[in-house]
Amino acid sequence: MAATYPENYRYTKEHEWVVVEGDTATIGITDYAQKELGDVVYVDLPQPGDSVVAGKTMGSVESVKAVSDVYSPVTGEVIEVNQKLADAPEKVNEDPHGEAWMVKVRLSNPAEVESLLTAAEYQSYIEGSES
Amino acid sequence: MSGLKKTPLNEVHRRLGARMVDFGGWEMPVQYSSILEEHRAVRTAVGLFDVSHMGEIEIRGPEALELTNYVTVNDAAKLTPGRAQYSALLYEHGGFVDDILVHKVADDHFFLCVNASNQEKDYEHIRAVNRWDAEVVFASERYAQLAIQGPKAPATLQKLTRTRLEEIRYYRFTDGEVLGVRGRIARTGYTGEDGFEIYIGPAEAERIWNAVLEAGEEFGIRPCGLGARNTLRMEAGMALYGHEIDASINPFEAGLGWIVKMDKGEFLGRAALEKARERVRRNLIGFEVTGRGIARDGYEVLIGGDLAGWVTSGGPSPTLGKNIGMCYLPADQAEPGRKIEILIRGRTVEAVTAPIPFYKRKR
Repeated sequence: MAATYPENYRYTKEHEWVVVEGDTATIGITDYAQKELGDVVYVDLPQPGDSVVAGKTMGSVESVKAVSDVYSPVTGEVIEVNQKLADAPEKVNEDPHGEAWMVKVRLSNPAEVESLLTAAEYQSYIEGSES
Repeated sequence: MSGLKKTPLNEVHRRLGARMVDFGGWEMPVQYSSILEEHRAVRTAVGLFDVSHMGEIEIRGPEALELTNYVTVNDAAKLTPGRAQYSALLYEHGGFVDDILVHKVADDHFFLCVNASNQEKDYEHIRAVNRWDAEVVFASERYAQLAIQGPKAPATLQKLTRTRLEEIRYYRFTDGEVLGVRGRIARTGYTGEDGFEIYIGPAEAERIWNAVLEAGEEFGIRPCGLGARNTLRMEAGMALYGHEIDASINPFEAGLGWIVKMDKGEFLGRAALEKARERVRRNLIGFEVTGRGIARDGYEVLIGGDLAGWVTSGGPSPTLGKNIGMCYLPADQAEPGRKIEILIRGRTVEAVTAPIPFYKRKR
């Protein structure tokens, strides 16, 4: 079954998603990313108050077999972290675009979001990656 | 993934939706659905693995025993036909060429199951030292190998064979029949569970694979990839070549002194082992990560802030629900219960050493 990528989210080629409300961005990894990883068993995230920079590592997600960096799609300050993922990393597999959001960031440059991929662009990007 | 070797079941794995990876030059399934679910199926019911990438080498002839006993560390003279033993090939300096299973088929016929990525090296290694009336045959192309593993493995496989499986005890094998064709059925495995490894003709692999899945359906059988194979063998404390053992490690360091039979007579590596045994510098030991994080192969291990060793294998243990692994430490510090630290991606994380294996099935 093809995953649906919400139209109001923006995406990166590193397979993160971001959705903006006011000056706050919520960030997670995509359904494609969780499928590539397999069973997620550990999530390492920044702390509230940490700065994140667009395109730079902000944490990591680990499956049984592999470690994968999570890159921040935007620049700003972390204001909230999804604590549930520490005890229930499998949520990343179950609901990557919803319940398994990772961090909320106060944007220092909201215009950054405009340069990210739209749902349609991201979908054609990942279709190109699947051979 | 061009240029990779393929097993006879390559297309079958693709149809099942497996994720394929390069494993030592072989295109192999790492998982079908979920490593955790595949792991659980083997611990609680039954799982099916394609291990056709493993190599087979035969030693035949009037002096097959002499050659086998010279190139391996365990005592092949103790085997009777239909018995298998865990053993190893060593270099003159005492390091591992490979770890292997030796099956005695007949007095003049030994059948070796060796690691996929070592098979050509192993074959050349054995041939190079052969000064006996024995022939070394590279037989990998003649066999596909399936592993049926888990408490329901006997009930699953018995549906497909007239060979009486209850008569094959652990580390025994028989040349029997599966779906009417000849097959070597061994009660061996790499998961820490009961089960079988069967050696069959490549042309029969797909038919038998499908039949095993159908036979195991009532038990909840799953096709299992190398991901689950690795978590299962890690919990069972079994060595993987390139991780716990390689040319720089000797059997005493790896906790495999029990397979070395020093009193069996001359064998390749014996002189080096005589010396190595007197002063073992480092030992393999298990650990549990007590802090937050997953230790993986190659990560550094610290004791009291100083570099003390390295992680050979590490990851989550689905059965224990902990992050575990194995590491080398100086011999005088490699005992269970010691606090260590592991350098995980730039962070030191607390761990405690633990005995190997982590998991033993109830018999």
